[in-house]
Amino acid sequence: MIKVNSLTKKFGQNISLDNVSCEFKKNDYIALMGANGAGKTTLIRSILGYYHPDEGNVLINGLDPIKQRVEVLANISFVPQLPPPIKLSIEELMSYVSISSGIDKDLIKHYSNEMKLDINANMNKSFFKLSGGMKQKLLIAISLAKKSGIIIYDEPTANLDPKARDDFYRLLKQNEEDKVLLFVTHRLEEVEELVNRQIYMDLGTITSDERVS
Amino acid sequence: MKNLYLIAYLDLKESMRAKWFLVYSLVFGGLIALFFIAGVTESQVMGFSGLSRLLLMYIQITIVILPIFILITTVRSISGDRDNHILEYMLSFAISLRQYYWGKIIGRFVTVYMPVFLAMVIAIVYGSAIGAPIPWGIFFLYTGLLFALSSAFLGIAFFISSFVKSSEVALGIAFFVWIFLLAFIDIALISLMMQNRFNEELIITLALLNPMEIFRIAAISLFDPELTVMGPVAFTILDTMSQMKFVLLSIGYPILLGLAFAYAGFSIFKKKDLV
Repeated sequence: MIKVNSLTKKFGQNISLDNVSCEFKKNDYIALMGANGAGKTTLIRSILGYYHPDEGNVLINGLDPIKQRVEVLANISFVPQLPPPIKLSIEELMSYVSISSGIDKDLIKHYSNEMKLDINANMNKSFFKLSGGMKQKLLIAISLAKKSGIIIYDEPTANLDPKARDDFYRLLKQNEEDKVLLFVTHRLEEVEELVNRQIYMDLGTITSDERVS
Repeated sequence: MKNLYLIAYLDLKESMRAKWFLVYSLVFGGLIALFFIAGVTESQVMGFSGLSRLLLMYIQITIVILPIFILITTVRSISGDRDNHILEYMLSFAISLRQYYWGKIIGRFVTVYMPVFLAMVIAIVYGSAIGAPIPWGIFFLYTGLLFALSSAFLGIAFFISSFVKSSEVALGIAFFVWIFLLAFIDIALISLMMQNRFNEELIITLALLNPMEIFRIAAISLFDPELTVMGPVAFTILDTMSQMKFVLLSIGYPILLGLAFAYAGFSIFKKKDLV
């Protein structure tokens, strides 16, 4: 589903990705790990089509995420490490994701309830004004409701309490079949039961790529 | 198209809730209220009186403050979203960059144009309620000029926003653009002419390229056929071009300029790294 071919990305003199090649197929559940500055976020952003590579390319189901971003992103769910300070109300944010990507609002509410987030009581509240945990729960609910073939999470549990983390992993377990699940994480123990592949990055390269049972 | 309108609608709603929009609306609405309270409509200076005088004063203040308001509130539109990672999340959905960029422009245009336009409408409604004659010609001219000026500076602001990575730098550039264009209305142009350092054609060209100068000349040209308060550059321009032709130029040119800058901004936006 995702094919990264000899990808190099530089920011000025700094090489963030150095000739990286890898492939993620259906039912690959990957923990992407590495120290800060290893190139994990750059790799994710390249998959999402945010960065123009200096060399090499990324293909998602054979499509270029920069040139065919609408088709590619229709099939990707993404949750960033820190929820951005979006000023839209929850109602407006739900309209945005629903109209742009065809996400069912009822399904967002369903997953929000599963994450113990009372969304109905906060519909007119600005997303920005929700607590860190509530924001993260809503973004996770949206990502699950999108029903994408590729789910990318950049440290998604940073703001979640232990109970919410359990809810999150339970929902993920129920929804991971036939998908590519890509976790950026520093805490392997948390996702160990979910993943079947571990990739370590350092200084812009993949230093190890192991299948685990 | 639905995504384009969705982005425009959401940007409009978000802007209308922002504090800057409240200040922006209060400034322009307050100006009109202040003029009425101060009795501007009853005074007469250099032959301007009633609502005409009020609209003239309004437009003269607008020339100076509207561009900087548009620049500082809009220039952070994309660079600000990039700065605080909103762009990273919002663009992870199936929205084309074209829809996102032009949707933002449409939404922001309505946001910046609506208060200045409504302030004039309020002036006309209130003026007619107190029995003042309505200068429709001036009203329609100013409506068109404000539309054109808003387009020009909105385009410039989005252009800056598209290539600047930090919103602080974007603000600095916006302020510089405003000061630079403000300097090149008659004050600086007159001094250049007086010093005879450049030939007249160059100075006239500089004046015609500056949307603020064009706006200023067009705004006052209906009032001052003797051109006594306009300055030498404005005098020369109107001496060589008919008033109608100049009014059309003063509306058409800033709109095209704004579109050209907005399009250049879009080209940069889609070719650069998004975050």
